[in-house]
Amino acid sequence: MRALAAIYVRLVGARVRSQLEYRLSTALQLVGVGILTATDFVAIAVIFANVPELGEWSLGEVAFLYALATISFALTDIAIGHLDLFPQMIREGTFDQILVRPLPSLLQVVAADFALRRLGKALQGLAVLAFALTIVDVDWTVGRALAIPLAIAAGAVIYGAVWIALATVAFWIVDAIELVNAFTYGGSFLSQYPLGIFARWLRGLVVFVVPLAFVAYFPALYVLDKDDELGLPRALSFASPFVATLAALAAGAVWRNAVRHYRSAGG
Amino acid sequence: MRLDWELARRGYRRYAAYPGATWAGLFTNVVFGFLIAYILLAVYEHADVIGGYDVRDAIAYVWLSQGLMSVVGIFGAGWYELARRVQTGDVATDLQRPLHVQRAELAYDVGRAGYQVLWRALPQFALGALLFEITIPGEPGRWLLFAASVALAVIVAFGIRFLVNLCSFWLLDYRGPVVLAIALNLVLSGAIMPLVFFPGALDTVLRLTPFAAVLQAPIDVYVGTPLGGSTAAVLALQASWALALYAAGRLLLAAGTRKLVIQGG
Repeated sequence: MRALAAIYVRLVGARVRSQLEYRLSTALQLVGVGILTATDFVAIAVIFANVPELGEWSLGEVAFLYALATISFALTDIAIGHLDLFPQMIREGTFDQILVRPLPSLLQVVAADFALRRLGKALQGLAVLAFALTIVDVDWTVGRALAIPLAIAAGAVIYGAVWIALATVAFWIVDAIELVNAFTYGGSFLSQYPLGIFARWLRGLVVFVVPLAFVAYFPALYVLDKDDELGLPRALSFASPFVATLAALAAGAVWRNAVRHYRSAGG
Repeated sequence: MRLDWELARRGYRRYAAYPGATWAGLFTNVVFGFLIAYILLAVYEHADVIGGYDVRDAIAYVWLSQGLMSVVGIFGAGWYELARRVQTGDVATDLQRPLHVQRAELAYDVGRAGYQVLWRALPQFALGALLFEITIPGEPGRWLLFAASVALAVIVAFGIRFLVNLCSFWLLDYRGPVVLAIALNLVLSGAIMPLVFFPGALDTVLRLTPFAAVLQAPIDVYVGTPLGGSTAAVLALQASWALALYAAGRLLLAAGTRKLVIQGG
C-alpha cells in the first residue's frame, strides 16, 4: 500500500512537472510577445527621451497616432493575420479545395481563423491611447469623441484591404512573399509617425496610392486640431470611412481578378 | 579545417538557392531603411549630437543595421532549427556523425552569414551611402576593424541562438524561450533604436551585454564611438562574449546529449 502511494506521488509529480514545463514555455512566450508588441513604442519613447518634439508633434500627439495605428492594425491582424500562411496554401495546392466549395473564395480564406490570441496588441494600443489622452489637450466635442472609434474601424478596413490585395501577389510569386511584409509591417510602422517628417514621394504614395495616411494621420489631425503640414484640404480628415470603403471594393476586385488567373500547383 | 570550409560553402549555397527570397528581404530592409532614416532626420532637427552620434552617424547606423540584421540573424530559422530537430528526434542523426554538432553548425552559419554580407548588407549599405549623407570612415584601418567586429558579431549571435536552441533538450515546447530570446535580442542589440540613444547609465549598461555585441558594437566601431572610447576594448569584449557563449554552448550540449531520450526509436 505504501509502495503504491509512493508510485502515485511520483507519477503525479511527473505530470505536474511536465505541465510546468509547458507552462514555463507559455509564460516565456507571453513575456516575449509583450516585448515584441511594445518595441515600436520603445522606439518612440527613446526618441522623446532625447528631443521634445518630432516634426511639430509632441510625445502625447505621436502616442495618439501610434495608438490609432496600432489598434487598427491589431484588429486586422486578429481578423486576417492568418493570410501570412496563404502562400503556403498556393504552394501546396490546398487552395483548390476552396475553389470547389460553393462559397466565395475570399470569404473562406478570411474566415479560416479568428485569432483572439492576438488581442494583446490591441490592449497595448488601448493602454497607449489612454496614456496619450491624459497628456494631450483635446478640445472635446461629440464629433471628436466619435472620430476615434470610427478612425480605428476605418483604419482596420484599410489595413485589411491592403493586406488582401498584397496577398494576391502569392498567385504569381511564391518564393518572394516577404515582399508583402514591406507593405504590411512597413505600412503599420509608417502610420505611427506624423506624415510630415517623411519625404515627398513617400507622402504622395501613402495619400494617393496605398491610402495608409487615412488610418491614423488624417483622423488625428482632426481630433488633435492640428494643421496639416502638407497643406492638403481639411476635409481629408473626414475621408477615412469613404477611403476604407473604396479600398475594400478595390481589394475585392483585385482578389477576383487574381483568382481568375490562378493555376493550381496540382495538389 | 577543410571540413569547416565545405560546411560553410553549403551554408552559403542553401541561401543562394532562393534568390527571390533574398530580393524580397532586401526590399523590406530598404523600405525600413528609408522610414527610419526619415524619422531620425526629423529627430536631428532638434539635436546636433545624441549619445555621440551626429546626424551622419545616425543615418549610417540605419543603413548598416538594416543590412547587418540578416547577417547576424536577428530574425529567421536559426533561432529554432536545431530545437525542432531535437523535438522530432532528428538530432540523433546529427549526434552520430563524426563531427561536433556545435562546430558544424557554426561553420554552416558562417557560410550563411557570408551570403547575407554579399547580397543583403553590401547592396543595402551602398544604396544608403548613395542616397543619404552618411559617415564613411577615411582610414582603411577602421574598415578592417569594422570587418573584424562584424565577424565577431556573427559568432556571438550564433552563440546566443545555439544556447536558445538547446533549451529544447529540457523544455518539450521550445516556442516560449525562442520568442522571448528573439524579442530581447531585437531590442537589446540596438536593432530598434541605437543603444547610444538610451538615456543616462542605461546606455552604458546595455552596451555591455552580449546582445549589444551582435549589432551595436560593429556599428560603434564603424562610426568611431566605441564604448569607453577604445575600439580595442570593444573588440576584446565581443571576443570574450563569443568565447564564453561558445564554451557555455559546448557544456550545455554535452549535458543535453546525456539527457536526450529519442522517442519511438
